[in-house]
Amino acid sequence: MIEIKHLYKSFEDREVLKDINAVFEEGKTNLIIGQSGSGKTVLMKNIVGLFEPDKGEILYDGRDFVKMTKREKVLIRREMGMIFQSAALFDSMSVLENVMFPLDMFSDKNEADRIKRAKFCLDRVNLAGAEEKFPGEISGGMQKRVAIARAIALNPKYLFCDEPNSGLDPKTSLVIDDLIHSITEEYKMTTIINTHDMNSVMGIGENIIYICEGRMEWQGNKDQIMTSTNERLNSFIFASDLFRKVKEANS
Amino acid sequence: MFIVNFLSAFGRYLMLMGRTFSIPERWRMFLKQYIKELTQLGVDSIGIVLLISFFIGAVICIQIKLNIASPWMPNFTTGYTTREIMVLEFSSSIMCLILSGKVGSNIASEIGTMRVTQQIDALEIMGVNSASFLILPKIMGLMTMIPCLVVFSMAAGFVGAYASALVGIVSVDDLTIGLQHDFRQWFIWMSMIKSFVFAFIIASVSSFYGYTVEGGSFDVGKASTDAVVRSSMLILFADIFLTPLLS
Repeated sequence: MIEIKHLYKSFEDREVLKDINAVFEEGKTNLIIGQSGSGKTVLMKNIVGLFEPDKGEILYDGRDFVKMTKREKVLIRREMGMIFQSAALFDSMSVLENVMFPLDMFSDKNEADRIKRAKFCLDRVNLAGAEEKFPGEISGGMQKRVAIARAIALNPKYLFCDEPNSGLDPKTSLVIDDLIHSITEEYKMTTIINTHDMNSVMGIGENIIYICEGRMEWQGNKDQIMTSTNERLNSFIFASDLFRKVKEANS
Repeated sequence: MFIVNFLSAFGRYLMLMGRTFSIPERWRMFLKQYIKELTQLGVDSIGIVLLISFFIGAVICIQIKLNIASPWMPNFTTGYTTREIMVLEFSSSIMCLILSGKVGSNIASEIGTMRVTQQIDALEIMGVNSASFLILPKIMGLMTMIPCLVVFSMAAGFVGAYASALVGIVSVDDLTIGLQHDFRQWFIWMSMIKSFVFAFIIASVSSFYGYTVEGGSFDVGKASTDAVVRSSMLILFADIFLTPLLS
């Protein structure tokens, strides 16, 4: 479980995150939603330690990440996996080498076992047979799946996904969402996904946090979101014609 | 303002070097990267070093014979001067200036692209010291290879001088006597020591500009240009100090 308490972050005189409080539960897909520029990515970068918050606590199973020493942060990062918006695969390495990278760095297994584990992870994301290809030779959806395989190679406790469906068609987005959701349940991970894709929200949103202008406006799940009375949240989710019609049909 | 910016950049450079010079997390991975850099930065530069040095050696020889040599000078002057120019300055300093263009832009654009495509963030989140993982093998690789390239450059320069002798501009015997006249081995070592320092400048400065890039492809291009310009300037400054120190 990851808990955020009274988190603030500003860049020069611009306050981006204002008193964020949230709980991300274990074994669930936790979604952070909000408009572009609302502070979702900044929040995630604070959680994973790419940014230092101005104030507040980030608790990983009760351990405050902000107060950890450099060494403790390095160790906890080995329990994290992250899927970036751009997949962030190492383009000088093949698909297999990308997935093997965290194993090569941190696993004490022998080479045969590392290859076996990497191939298992690739198989898990339905990419068996693509081992020798390079990131530049595969599609965007496949790159995201390689990123998922790399993220789960070390059996992480925490999985972070920054807009995993960005640039993908709706069908491939569903595949990626289902994959992240099923992996989360299978490995009992605490998964946090940054998204503004309402299909993801309705598909896998077990715990949803809505951020608006740097503040946490609403928290709930996919069943509660359609009936919420929060005006800002409604203006965000019903900006889509499709969701407006779904709501009208439901009511 | 210039001084503040300079000191700020220098401070960030020192901090980055502090992170870079740490014991590698996995020697296996470090060696893999190190061998890759030996090939990419060193072996792949052999062709251009040989080509440029060959022609410069030939041209220096021709220039001295046709434009400087006179009946008052001994016949071996052409070979002697060619050797001194190649050994003392061209093969170390000028060759490193040329390599700062080829290798420096390669390093800055590679690391810069990794930065803007979040590959460095991915390394950090995995708990990898990205500075040490990416920069240390480049510095060590270039510092290993550049002294070898300097020796290759000297040899190619002399071959170039002999090529000009073969077309009849200077006699082979005079050239041979000149190349051997008053030879001091220390000059070769001096050149290699200088190139060792220049290799550190090229690799570390270019890595710094690549690692600290922010933005997109335009900024990567700018960082690459800055890396070449700054490392070239630093090589020239270092040359001014090292030459009297080592002579």
